[in-house]
Amino acid sequence: MLAEVKPHTIAYKRTDFASDQHVRWCPGCGDFMILNTMQKVFANLGRKKEDLVCVSGIGCSSRITYYMDTYGVHSIHGRAIPTSTGLKLANPDLSVWVSTGDGDCMAIGGNHFIHAIRRNIDLNIIIFNNRIYGMTKGQSSPTSPEGIKTKTAPEGTYERPFNIGEVAIGCGASFFARVPDKDYKMLEETMHAAYNHKGTSVIEVLQNCVIFTDGIHEQITGKATRDENQVVLKHGEPILFGKEDAYGLVLDGMKFKKVKASDVSEDQLLKHDMHEEASQYHLALARLQLPDFPVATGIIRNVEDVSFDKRVHSAIEAAQKRTSFKNTSDLFKSGNTWDVVG
Amino acid sequence: MANQNNTKPLNKVVVRFSGDSGDGMQLTGNLFSQSSGIAGNDLTTIPDFPAEIRAPQGTIGGVSSYQVQFGGTEIYTPGDKIDILIAMNPAALAANIRSLKPGGILLTDSDEFSKKNLKKANYEENPLEDNSLDDFRVIKAPATFLTKEALKELGLDNNAVIRCRNMFALGVVYHLFSRPLDATVLFLEMKFAKKPLLAEANTKALQAGYSFAESTEINSLSMHIPPARLKRGTYRNIDGNTAVAWGFLAAAEKSGKKLSLCSYPITPASEILHELSARKDLGTIVFQAEDEIAAVCASIGAAFAGNLSVTTTSGPGASLKSEAMGLAVIAELPLVMVNVMRAGPSTGLPTKTEQSDLNQALYGRHGEAPLVVLAASTPDDCFQFAFEACKIALEHTTPVILLSDSYLSSGTSPWRITTVDELPEINIPEYKGTAEDWLPYQREPETLARYWKYPGQAGFEHRIGGLEKQINTGNLTYEPVNHEVMVKLREEKIAKVADKIPAQEVIGAQSGKLLVVSWGSTYGAAKTAFEELSEDGSKDIGFTNFNYINPLPSNTEHMLGQYDEVLVCEQNNGQFASFLQSKFPSVKIRKYNKIQGQPFFVEEIREMIKHNLEEPSHVG
Repeated sequence: MLAEVKPHTIAYKRTDFASDQHVRWCPGCGDFMILNTMQKVFANLGRKKEDLVCVSGIGCSSRITYYMDTYGVHSIHGRAIPTSTGLKLANPDLSVWVSTGDGDCMAIGGNHFIHAIRRNIDLNIIIFNNRIYGMTKGQSSPTSPEGIKTKTAPEGTYERPFNIGEVAIGCGASFFARVPDKDYKMLEETMHAAYNHKGTSVIEVLQNCVIFTDGIHEQITGKATRDENQVVLKHGEPILFGKEDAYGLVLDGMKFKKVKASDVSEDQLLKHDMHEEASQYHLALARLQLPDFPVATGIIRNVEDVSFDKRVHSAIEAAQKRTSFKNTSDLFKSGNTWDVVG
Repeated sequence: MANQNNTKPLNKVVVRFSGDSGDGMQLTGNLFSQSSGIAGNDLTTIPDFPAEIRAPQGTIGGVSSYQVQFGGTEIYTPGDKIDILIAMNPAALAANIRSLKPGGILLTDSDEFSKKNLKKANYEENPLEDNSLDDFRVIKAPATFLTKEALKELGLDNNAVIRCRNMFALGVVYHLFSRPLDATVLFLEMKFAKKPLLAEANTKALQAGYSFAESTEINSLSMHIPPARLKRGTYRNIDGNTAVAWGFLAAAEKSGKKLSLCSYPITPASEILHELSARKDLGTIVFQAEDEIAAVCASIGAAFAGNLSVTTTSGPGASLKSEAMGLAVIAELPLVMVNVMRAGPSTGLPTKTEQSDLNQALYGRHGEAPLVVLAASTPDDCFQFAFEACKIALEHTTPVILLSDSYLSSGTSPWRITTVDELPEINIPEYKGTAEDWLPYQREPETLARYWKYPGQAGFEHRIGGLEKQINTGNLTYEPVNHEVMVKLREEKIAKVADKIPAQEVIGAQSGKLLVVSWGSTYGAAKTAFEELSEDGSKDIGFTNFNYINPLPSNTEHMLGQYDEVLVCEQNNGQFASFLQSKFPSVKIRKYNKIQGQPFFVEEIREMIKHNLEEPSHVG
């Protein structure tokens, strides 16, 4: 994936993107790794610093804007996406990065999330999913797993959680990836791919909150269990997981079935094709969950589609070509007018 | 009223076209207004549509009307009572006859007064045949029959023929005022360029109406309205919403900024969104957001990106936008929000006018969040104040709320076309130092405006947001004194806008018993009432209209202090009066409020002024 990155025209170091502000996250927070990776990726995009914009909402995740030495807007709760939408349409030459959390993006900002995806505006949206409200100190979020005890569900949550990938792909996302916060290499590659993707790119980071949901993704991302519980998707390769890639997926009617890779012929094993236009296969991958299946990580879907900003500006260009109005004066004097000579 | 025997010269006339919503009354009214403009008259119009999109045909609920007042003098309102009523069917008659002045002219299509249609309009007897209309001069025109006769050679189907009846009626009215037909014929040829048969049919119907009037006793009702003394120039009729949209376009061109409009549809503001959606041809970037909050946040994003950024809405939408408007205040970004007010609270009377969002504009944000509030007064000055709102936003790096209302949004008045060259300069504060020395919350000393730097400008990378800012640096800080300093600074920045706006002017007595105050769209009725009383010899009253609400013009206190009493006329429960009273406690303020979803009648304000002059301490 790194090969897709445009050749370097500008040389930056990671630290060129570190602002002078003191970083205020709890020691051990998964957010640090996202911040560091983002700074490193920005340094290597070959893009002028002044053309990069970071936008966030409210929550622990959203503080990241202050730590990135780029143009940035720390907006209000849930509204990073619409703020970015106006910004990107106003100047489509900018590269716009949204940092948001599971509460910010999937609860209060849920409406904006689905509509950004529907439009396919060229934004890179990174959702820090720690499955809890951290900054407000431990209330259930729309991705909190059923049964966990929170400040607002002291006996355990009884709401069904969102699967972010399912929502995104269900809304027609052209790019969706899921990345563990421990895998900086995968995050780096995914951010580069998101940058190169012209349309709405959604990256869900399985991020650990050391205070309220410490270890919530551990089964998926921890060293001891990740081989069993995580399937890392690679475009064009068979979908394999388990110790020494012993297991794979085959189609069983309309469902996936877990099989021993050695029990079936190679062409029966499902191969990952992130560019496949039809989304049902990507949706099914996004939905894989423990304990029956491993959780899929990597880029699940990456298909080309015209971005909203491109559509809007093409329509403006076409209208300007068609019209006889050169300026407002032409408009104001068009149609029915009369002169008063008095 | 219009009467040859009337010795008083006729200076203004109110005409209302009414019919079923399928009868084309809006077009007819528009064409008549157009011809009045061409005849040199000043005018103001107001449409009245059924609330339902498709009300049952022939019923009172389905009546659509269009009222115009025009004259040889300046016209500020569409008029109280009607001089000439055109009622195309019994329902239109039933809906409007109470507004017709005694002695007024009633033009009807007598062919439409069938038993069936009478029943739909709840008439037991045909009012054209009993004596119920004796107070009026009734023209019973067989419009349907004569239109059919005039078009019988054209081979059109019956429906198409019937649809030309409105032009027949227009022809009759044109004859009353000796108007030439040529401009309308030209218009019809253009409108139906691709359907020349329809152009011909409408033209024939128009001529048939004109000839009918000429050859009947109506001839004796003809009247002449002299042209008004209007400033030299090219004019067009414009409604308030279009004028707002065009004001934004002009400000974008003048400032050299791209225009971004991010809005969500809402009555009665949607037409601004519609017009600017059609103005992609002038480069406008329009975003129809998924909701009101997205719309204002997208506007904030567009402002941060360096565009002239506007969002348009009405009360319910303004409520949803209030949190984000606070962000615009603390982020100190140039942003214009238009609130085309309608009657509230909640969904209220969504198609009816009111000025009741003033308090919301002034105070409707959490925290200490002052911003600039302007109000337009006439359909055509919506252009000027939309431009002014942008100018202030850009020059003072602040959000501005522009208040219009339902009455202004759909009413029209002639607008002297203003080219961008004639408009004042927009001088955006310019930082002249180096990027190294610049700070995100550095200010222009004179206005305290934050210098606006945006993405794409190298070396000025910075972060803004909703958290409190350290003075100058814009860094986050919880330092207690800093917060107080910043609150005062943001307040002072808005107060300083008063240094740049015109002084408040009074017409009439510069001091004395009573100052009549209006703001926004109350202007028309209040000014007309004031003028009528002045003509009748009242010398003790002054009149002033406010367009700059926050900050108020700097001479406001002095001006109000010149009168024994101040009468504030507004379409709410006294919000502007309370605002003035809170600022100037020693001024004796009286409230005159109308909260009926309808604009003031001139007569109402005139009577209230008289009442106040006679009984100075009766109300208040």
